[in-house]
Amino acid sequence: MKERAKMKEMMNTETKYYNAPKDSEFCFESGMCLKGLKIAYETYGKLNDEKDNAVLVCHALSGDAHAAGYRRGEKKPGWWNDMIGPGRAFDTDEFFVISSNVIGGCQGSSGPNSIDPDTEKPYGLGFPIVSIKDMVNAQKELLDFLGINRLVSVAGGSMGGMQVLEWAVSYPEIAVSCIPIATTYKHSAQQIAFDEVGRQAIMADPAWNGGDYYEKSHPSAGLAVARMIGHITYMSNSSMESKFGRVKRKEKLGYAFTTEFEVEGYLRYRGDSFVKRFDANSYLYVTKAMDHFDLQGDKPLSAAFKNARSRFLVIAFSSDWLYPPFQSKEIVKALKMNGADVTYCEISSDYGHDAFLLEFVEETKLVKHFLKNTYKKMRKSK
Amino acid sequence: MTARKREDLRFDHRIIGDMIAPGSVVLDVGCGNGDLLEYLTEEKNVKGSGVEISEEAIYLCVEKGLSVSHGDIDSGLREYPDKFFDYVIFNQTMQQVQKPVDAISEALRIGRKVIVGFPNFCNMPARFQLFFTGHVPVTPSLPYTWYDTPNLHFLSIKDFEKFCGSMKIRIEKKVFVSGDFLIRILPNLFAQNGIFQITE
Repeated sequence: MKERAKMKEMMNTETKYYNAPKDSEFCFESGMCLKGLKIAYETYGKLNDEKDNAVLVCHALSGDAHAAGYRRGEKKPGWWNDMIGPGRAFDTDEFFVISSNVIGGCQGSSGPNSIDPDTEKPYGLGFPIVSIKDMVNAQKELLDFLGINRLVSVAGGSMGGMQVLEWAVSYPEIAVSCIPIATTYKHSAQQIAFDEVGRQAIMADPAWNGGDYYEKSHPSAGLAVARMIGHITYMSNSSMESKFGRVKRKEKLGYAFTTEFEVEGYLRYRGDSFVKRFDANSYLYVTKAMDHFDLQGDKPLSAAFKNARSRFLVIAFSSDWLYPPFQSKEIVKALKMNGADVTYCEISSDYGHDAFLLEFVEETKLVKHFLKNTYKKMRKSK
Repeated sequence: MTARKREDLRFDHRIIGDMIAPGSVVLDVGCGNGDLLEYLTEEKNVKGSGVEISEEAIYLCVEKGLSVSHGDIDSGLREYPDKFFDYVIFNQTMQQVQKPVDAISEALRIGRKVIVGFPNFCNMPARFQLFFTGHVPVTPSLPYTWYDTPNLHFLSIKDFEKFCGSMKIRIEKKVFVSGDFLIRILPNLFAQNGIFQITE
């Protein structure tokens, strides 16, 4: 019964908001500053009296603060619900899990769709350019507000993994361990190219209007195409083949450009549902942040990790061609050159990049024990 | 989790465990499910890590709190700095790597001492089978048929000693075992396994 009560309590979550003090400014890497920083976040589990059991999870491009449980009146759980909860990988019986929406996003944190206090209109392209480091600095401000100065772990997949790596190098004294999943330390030309096609689809939509569309119709067609392209890169050839093959929606193929194949219908559905919850300008800002991210710069990668002190659990997926395992292996290699404590696993999966959201059984085998052991070591060394 | 005691260990693991000085930094190449590493970490205060190719074995190692890397040996050693480890353990894996010369050279580069354990393909039961039955040996210590074996290289204790001589590798210790017994005479005939501690 106790379990059930706990599960129920876990299932109901709500998004909270941190509002920076009125006179404070959040300054971006670009040098531009923002008044009135707002961060949407959720927490799961309880922060203990020592405040040493916190874990931060970082979301990917289209994610948000709602990582687990169900919000009032919603039927869909958070994006990593299979991983976060009592007895799960991020065990909320033991850990206090924090998830926040990235700065530049559109799900409650400050971003291009927020109101600029100077003009009382949405920022649009007037919002400062965002970097992965800015996202991490905003999370750091949230942690300061929550009174947390050590994290048992920072974890996340894809763009979330980039934030994890940034945590490792920017705040090594805070991140006791890091779990970068299906990610990279810098985008390759191919990854930048896919992002650029998505951005061009948005900007080619006349409704985009130079980013100034909030009081008019939104560039939904462009954003939907961007999402469709994204989805193709998140799957693998074999996962698409087994999910759709050449299955048709109608018995016979016609002579018109209608939705005929299942895969077409799926992509359109994904595109259409995405535009209801995501802001086109945020898509531009956030993909740009990913493209700009480059931990290495002009040094050897191992030099970038010189100050890293965390334990690492690096996870990649065999069929992920968007963030292929070799990129994770380069991270592992650079960490080892620094003598870091690293565990690496390439999980065999057919799901492509999406595997980081779907292969929770295998991920749990790694993350759950890694977290518990990290926490045990952390308490012992105190 | 209760710590693994010496007497719970597989016999060859016990021998290797005894060779390793407490508190040293160790890499176990082909660490399997991490039994030896767990013992070394818990009982000998070793800072240990492993390389292992099996995904399932990685899960078991992580469960034990070990730090392990998923990958093959042929490429898994290059990423470490020179003499990073006090010991590199190569137990029951050398016969399975693509390029043993490269693997041993890399191990000697990253480790001060290398411990190599391998099955002696010329022990007596194997010789008997080869001589009297005309079949490639399948024995308790060499359990694989020719068509289903992870082994790529077949060597004897004599072969390894000759190899070390030609590579100018110094043999510091050698221990021979058969089942749960130490073999002290005619090891190339009686030992199922040879365990060598070598250095540059």
